Amino acid sequence: MKNYFFFRSVFGVALFLFFFSILSANAAETIKIGVPGAHTGDLASYGLPTVKAAQLVVKDVNAKGGILGRKVELIIEDEACKPELASNAATKLVSGKVDAVIGHICSGATKAALRTYKDAKIIVISPSATSPELTLSGQYPNFFRTIGSDAVQAKLVSDFAVKTLKFTKFAVIHDKGDYGKGFAEYAKKYIEECKNTHVALFEGITAGAVDYSAIVQKIKHSGAEAVIYGGYHPEAASVVQQMRKKGMKTLFISDDGVKDNTFIKVAGQYAEGVYASGPRDTTNNPLAIAAIDAHRKAYGTEPGAFYLNAYSATIAILNAISKAKSTQYEAVAKALRGNKVDTPLGKISFDKKGDALGVGFSMYLVKNGAYVELK
Amino acid sequence: MNYFGELFFSGLTRGSIYALLALGYTMVYGILQLINFAHGEIYMIGAFTALIVASVLTVKGFSSIAILVLAAVVAVVYSAAYGYTVEKIAYKPLRQAPRLSPLISAIGMSIFLQNYIMLAQTSDFLPYPNLLPPIPLFNRFSNIIGPSELSIVLTSAILMILLTLFIKFTKTGKAMRATAQDKEMAMLVGVNVNRVISTTFIIGSALAAIGGILIASHTGRINFYIGFSAGIKAFTAAVLGGIGSIPGAMLGGLVLGLAESFATGYISSDYEDVFAFALLVLILIFKPSGLLGRANNQKV
Repeated sequence: MKNYFFFRSVFGVALFLFFFSILSANAAETIKIGVPGAHTGDLASYGLPTVKAAQLVVKDVNAKGGILGRKVELIIEDEACKPELASNAATKLVSGKVDAVIGHICSGATKAALRTYKDAKIIVISPSATSPELTLSGQYPNFFRTIGSDAVQAKLVSDFAVKTLKFTKFAVIHDKGDYGKGFAEYAKKYIEECKNTHVALFEGITAGAVDYSAIVQKIKHSGAEAVIYGGYHPEAASVVQQMRKKGMKTLFISDDGVKDNTFIKVAGQYAEGVYASGPRDTTNNPLAIAAIDAHRKAYGTEPGAFYLNAYSATIAILNAISKAKSTQYEAVAKALRGNKVDTPLGKISFDKKGDALGVGFSMYLVKNGAYVELK
Repeated sequence: MNYFGELFFSGLTRGSIYALLALGYTMVYGILQLINFAHGEIYMIGAFTALIVASVLTVKGFSSIAILVLAAVVAVVYSAAYGYTVEKIAYKPLRQAPRLSPLISAIGMSIFLQNYIMLAQTSDFLPYPNLLPPIPLFNRFSNIIGPSELSIVLTSAILMILLTLFIKFTKTGKAMRATAQDKEMAMLVGVNVNRVISTTFIIGSALAAIGGILIASHTGRINFYIGFSAGIKAFTAAVLGGIGSIPGAMLGGLVLGLAESFATGYISSDYEDVFAFALLVLILIFKPSGLLGRANNQKV
């Protein structure tokens, strides 16, 4: 009798272990990809399109049976573009054992989170973090991006202002953030390298301040022919409105953070004539057309900022995993660097430092309430 | 000289808004010794209400003056109702509690209102129409001060004068001063303290709503977060002028606005906030109770 109980309990435990091991084997088989970014707050309009892009690509891939026979699973974390929340999100993703990360969105948040990923040997591929030092410093071998750095962008903007528009006297303003200030410092450097040009005013403003009329007066007083602004659209919209309301016709030239339709919506009529740099228009690329169509079909709206960059980042990382035949860090990094991949941004690969080759910027002008690419 | 004038008026504009908001902080502090952190949110709600009313009326084709008046009236009433309700829900039950409890309750209310507006409205920035009337100005002056700045300064000045007269000469004003001096004694001589406190919140909220409309029209944008930075600055202005003192709040607002503007103009806007808060520290070192505050004697 005693033996019978013994066998029954052994059998029971064995059965339990058997099922348990099947379950855990299944759970380990998904490839987990973290998608951290700003999904709430001021800059949610930058972060949400990336989530949608990743979801659409992954849905596609999973419908075709996944990668290496494994399904792909997304783990979405909100960090509102705040560095302190970003490093929390990173810790959370690392302890959730993600295989790669698509994000973060803002440069400051990315920088704060990168060390955590680096220590855990996780590849991070950002669709939108453009701070030059993220790649150029060489500190983060695990970092890649599908967008050009601010240095490239600042060069384009200053060349455009000096050579195409032929201005000589500039006011360079920034929002004191990692992104804006980095851009502004490069722009200043490039302008001062040109002949007969100078920067009459170089200053930071406080993001979220009650009003900007004092700095607008100062720009006016400096006699600058054009303002080059490094930062995001909320402050840019305020500064432009106050400049125009004061009757100033000084040109306003800015960066990718301003090349967002929210800027035009908020600044309204005053946005007309503003120049901004942004990723090159890829609307003729068949993959881009397909990606945008997929978004329209799934959500019924036009995609937002960095959608194609995020779409490409997702394709690039999944392609690298399948080429490397594993999710192991070194193999995937090598595959990202070594292989060209077709994405909505064109055929891209990554250089040694993690910058995408084959991704560029154009200048845009606000005309009749929309950004128009200048050829 | 021209540049000085421009900076002076831009500081005056900003300072007037700080002062309008600081009045709300200082009046509440004078009576309850409570820092009403939700005050910045009332300002934001006022601006949002006016935006919604103005959008509806614009679609219906009202004239711009009618839109301004109606939007302002609705915003003031709505914000005042919010101020009144916040006091009843978050502060009144805690009136006998230790001083820290209502403070925490105020911070909670502020976060609640911000998130409520974010969810009920939007987290995006919205364009804000210029509701202020275009006052025709002589060319000589239009370089120095714009029409919206002039309306902000004038409106604030008129409101502050009205408030001063109200506190000095009406019965309710007298009751407010009495309550501020000694709540128990005021109660003993028959002042309805609860009503006085409610009135204080209503007046403060109404002023904040008008401040919200003025500054949002001036800067042309709004989102759920604008109350936070404005609230911090206005609170600073109230402390600078001597918290609890009404003329102190007005002076504090103007001093802070002008200091920021001149710091931006003559030094660097990088240090705008550094300069403003350094000034606060300096004044508090030499006058711990603020510019016009009195050490032991709180005034409404």
